[in-house]
Amino acid sequence: MHELSLVMGIVDIAEKEATKAGLTKVEEIEVDIGKLTTVEMGAFDFAWKQGVRDSVLADAVIKINRIDAKAKCLECSAQFELQQFFDACPQCGSHFLDIINGREFRVKTLTFAD
Amino acid sequence: MCGVCGCGTESHEHHEHGHTHNHSGSKKIIEVEKDILYENNLLAERNRGYFNAKNILCLNLVSSPGSGKTTLLERTLTDLKDKYPFVVIEGDQQTTNDADRIHATGTKVTQINTGKGCHLDAHMILHALQGLKPAENSILFIENVGNLVCPAMFDLGEGERVVVMSVTEGDDKPLKYPDMFHTSHLCIINKTDLLPYVKFDLDKAIENAKKVNPNLEIITLSCTSGEGMTKWYDWLKEKSYAYNEAVMS
Ligand SMILES: Nc1nc2c(ncn2[C@@H]2O[C@H](COP(=O)(O)OP(=O)(O)OP(=O)(O)O)[C@@H](O)[C@H]2O)c(=O)[nH]1
Ligand SMILES: [Mg+2]
Ligand SMILES: [Zn+2]
Repeated sequence: MHELSLVMGIVDIAEKEATKAGLTKVEEIEVDIGKLTTVEMGAFDFAWKQGVRDSVLADAVIKINRIDAKAKCLECSAQFELQQFFDACPQCGSHFLDIINGREFRVKTLTFAD
Repeated sequence: MCGVCGCGTESHEHHEHGHTHNHSGSKKIIEVEKDILYENNLLAERNRGYFNAKNILCLNLVSSPGSGKTTLLERTLTDLKDKYPFVVIEGDQQTTNDADRIHATGTKVTQINTGKGCHLDAHMILHALQGLKPAENSILFIENVGNLVCPAMFDLGEGERVVVMSVTEGDDKPLKYPDMFHTSHLCIINKTDLLPYVKFDLDKAIENAKKVNPNLEIITLSCTSGEGMTKWYDWLKEKSYAYNEAVMS
């Protein structure tokens, strides 16, 4: 599963930040994951346990913010919450949408122990 | 108020701006705000720059296992090899079978074996390009690992993403794998020669694909019978930078 590559991307970011700051141990990491991303949370948890071993994230608590999906209709400008990529605009029925939120996949904060 | 940056909150949980708080005797919080795929995206942009500089049309072919990506390439390369310079990168978990099939058409090809990995990434492509050295104005096909989920998030630097599905797969495929259909430019519906034998509503499939991505172009064809192949060749011709240049000069 690609979840392991994603976890390795997170480890890489954390390692780089740790080196920059001269620190070695992350206590908490906060990650934003949009609800439209193809990240399977079960696989992600599994990959996390494997991927963080022997890294600055080995003992870190991960806090995941699932970001709601929002779109703006390109026909009528209505803004609304999306459940799925294929939802239509509730106002005019159009599928021409600008997806504003829901595709996030980023490390938000790192909390290091002294 | 926070004594270090004066940002007006005791809680460091929800700062939106990116800087470091360093309180002696307490924890150090770094606002990273970095895309987890940034490393891949950076390399993808590098690949894209390389393609633009050399006028190479790069197509990333994605599908479920067995939708007909390699067959489509075999037929295309055989039919058009005198018209365009082609190069191919084959991605599979194991074996060089697909690369061997491409090699048999006389096309320059490199195989990437991803092992346990279920997708190609921009870094693998970067290295494959160093070995392949595609000529200017060529068309580069990248056949991704057969998988409709994982490759969706990994930009390779391609100019166009082509998702292939076949009529034996069910007309709700775009709804089940929306991210892939959302990020693709062209959808090829293959194996139309089998339509009489399977329960597959072509109109419904197209409607579903358009729901997920209204801008998606759709071509229906059969690699086996050849029906519809000219629509695909016309599309390639239109997209090919080499052709555009020839038209301009
Ligand atoms: N009937 C029919 N069979 C086809 C057609 N195109 C491909 N096939 C068959 O479908 C099977 C799989 O084709 P491939 O081209 O290997 O599929 P692929 O997408 O490259 O598969 P992976 O690389 O394993 O993901 C082969 O047996 C092909 O002969 C078609 O248009 N009609
Ligand atoms: Mg293949
Ligand atoms: Zn609307």
